Amino acid sequence: MSKVVLKLGDDVSTDIIYPGRFMATVLPAETPRHAFADIPQFNSRLLKKEIAPGSVIVAGKNFGCGSSREQAVSALKGHELVVAAKSFARIFLQNAVNLGLKTVACPGIEASEGDEVELTVGQGCPVPNASDSENSRREFSPVRVGGGHVINHSTGGRFDLIPLPRPRQEIMDAGGLIPYARVRLLKRPKII
Amino acid sequence: MIRTVVEKILARASGRSGVTAGDVVEPRVDLAMSHENAALVIHQFSEIYRGTGLDMRVWDPSRITIIFDHRTPAESAKTATNQKKVRAFVGEQRIDKFHDIRGDRGGICHQILPEYGYVRPGQVVVGTDSHTTTHGALGAFAFGIGATEMAAVWALGTALNVEVPGTIKVILRGRFAARVCAKDAILHLIGQISAEGANFRVIEFHGDAVDRMPTSGRLVLCNMAMEAGATSGIVPADEETRRYLREEAGVSDDIECVRPDEDASYERSIEIDVSDLSPQIACPHRVDNVKSVDAVEGVKVDQIVIGSCTNGRLDDLAIAAGILRGRKVAASTRLLVFPASWRVYQAALKEGYLSDLAESGATILNAGCGCCLGVHQGALGDGEVALSTTNRNFQGRMGNPDSEVYLCSPAVAAASAIAGAIADPRKAG
Repeated sequence: MSKVVLKLGDDVSTDIIYPGRFMATVLPAETPRHAFADIPQFNSRLLKKEIAPGSVIVAGKNFGCGSSREQAVSALKGHELVVAAKSFARIFLQNAVNLGLKTVACPGIEASEGDEVELTVGQGCPVPNASDSENSRREFSPVRVGGGHVINHSTGGRFDLIPLPRPRQEIMDAGGLIPYARVRLLKRPKII
Repeated sequence: MIRTVVEKILARASGRSGVTAGDVVEPRVDLAMSHENAALVIHQFSEIYRGTGLDMRVWDPSRITIIFDHRTPAESAKTATNQKKVRAFVGEQRIDKFHDIRGDRGGICHQILPEYGYVRPGQVVVGTDSHTTTHGALGAFAFGIGATEMAAVWALGTALNVEVPGTIKVILRGRFAARVCAKDAILHLIGQISAEGANFRVIEFHGDAVDRMPTSGRLVLCNMAMEAGATSGIVPADEETRRYLREEAGVSDDIECVRPDEDASYERSIEIDVSDLSPQIACPHRVDNVKSVDAVEGVKVDQIVIGSCTNGRLDDLAIAAGILRGRKVAASTRLLVFPASWRVYQAALKEGYLSDLAESGATILNAGCGCCLGVHQGALGDGEVALSTTNRNFQGRMGNPDSEVYLCSPAVAAASAIAGAIADPRKAG
């Protein structure tokens, strides 16, 4: 069970998650201090360690839109936050997979700050219908793994999630892109 | 099989006879671009090599380009130190396509790549910057990636686990009215389809208005395709692409134009008649909150910005200088101009545009990303309002969450500078 610690709307940009003025700070060990710097109350709770690892940010559509800055992901990963959003912007989602930030795409999610939610990632989630007109339901190829759902124990709501497509899940399973790429590098034929 | 441009490019780059949207491929990369965030790429690159016992070498230094643009010259010791690390790496790895802080070959990455002929039709281009979509204007498949993904590209020379995106066809028909341009068309499109309307998809641009459009305008379309969430914008290469590469970028080798098949399969098709389009404004704090200029005419602005990878090219400065020549920037506002590259800067200097603008009261800044992302110059004060030819108006974008940014074309920006408030350039004389 995890607590929803921040509720945000649609189109949360990387400028909100990690403002551009901190972009000269690049190392994953240093970026977490600037997470949500322009939402000072939340930033200060993070810095005071008042937010437990595994806590959930709930957001609307297109979370992480804007810049490709990876700091927006490493800053959240540093606090071991989980992001459950109706949909994610492409580069943010890819960066999250590459760095092992847990994200949950859940088009119907409804939750408020303080709610207790349970995330179950596994088999059993129907693959969304490709003819569904909702953008966020068409964004991936049919090559998917797992399934799952989010249960909001505070409201009783249960919401299906869209599993990661298989190629992204492979990177998550490898522990992120660095170990995944390292294996590939070692398999590369030697150039003489 | 019948293919879109991105399907053709990815099939060839992956050594397959054909791919369709949804397939997972591993294309070889023709060009890998980074800016100051190369400092993070270098860190992640060394992490990949850690414990392997291998000599740390990039796969092909001739296919890597690094351009300092986000904070030039450095605004802080931290940035200067990052730039110093990148410079050392560039030397060790023998990366020639490096653009340091110099008045002869510096500038914004998304201007340098086309200007120097680094991008060709049919290529796969990746960049650690979301606006890498810009380079689709030359018929390439160009998309933004994060620093760790770039580190993997540097190590392996391929982009791992790429899903072939579906394509949205956008057809621009008709002739633009005077002082209405590519920026207005793309803002209008984003307003129609929303900031995530093209998420995980490519926008392929067609139509007679695009056929007639110079590359400078096509770069605007593809640059801002990102703001609809697009993986890439693509203008299929044509005679104008060849002309640009030959005449403006000095390319002398073969240029092959990759075109879509006539009956290629598109997810959706959107047609826009640009002949009745008015100047368009994206209002705070959303890039898809787009209105016609008449809806916001008269809104007072504290700072006007002309420049960036969207609208800092010679054509843009010519339009602004044409409107401001012999007139004055209103005392109640300030106008900042930052050309997209030093080559643009020098050309604008020779044409007299910069003196026209400076005499009108504009402050001419150095070429670079400048005030666009609020990290270097031109930050906004509390409660201030900016009008800008850049590409983003997210809350806090120009360095202050307690400020507002409107987005517009260079013509709107110049006319508004005279008025001190958002103005319709068609009435500016």
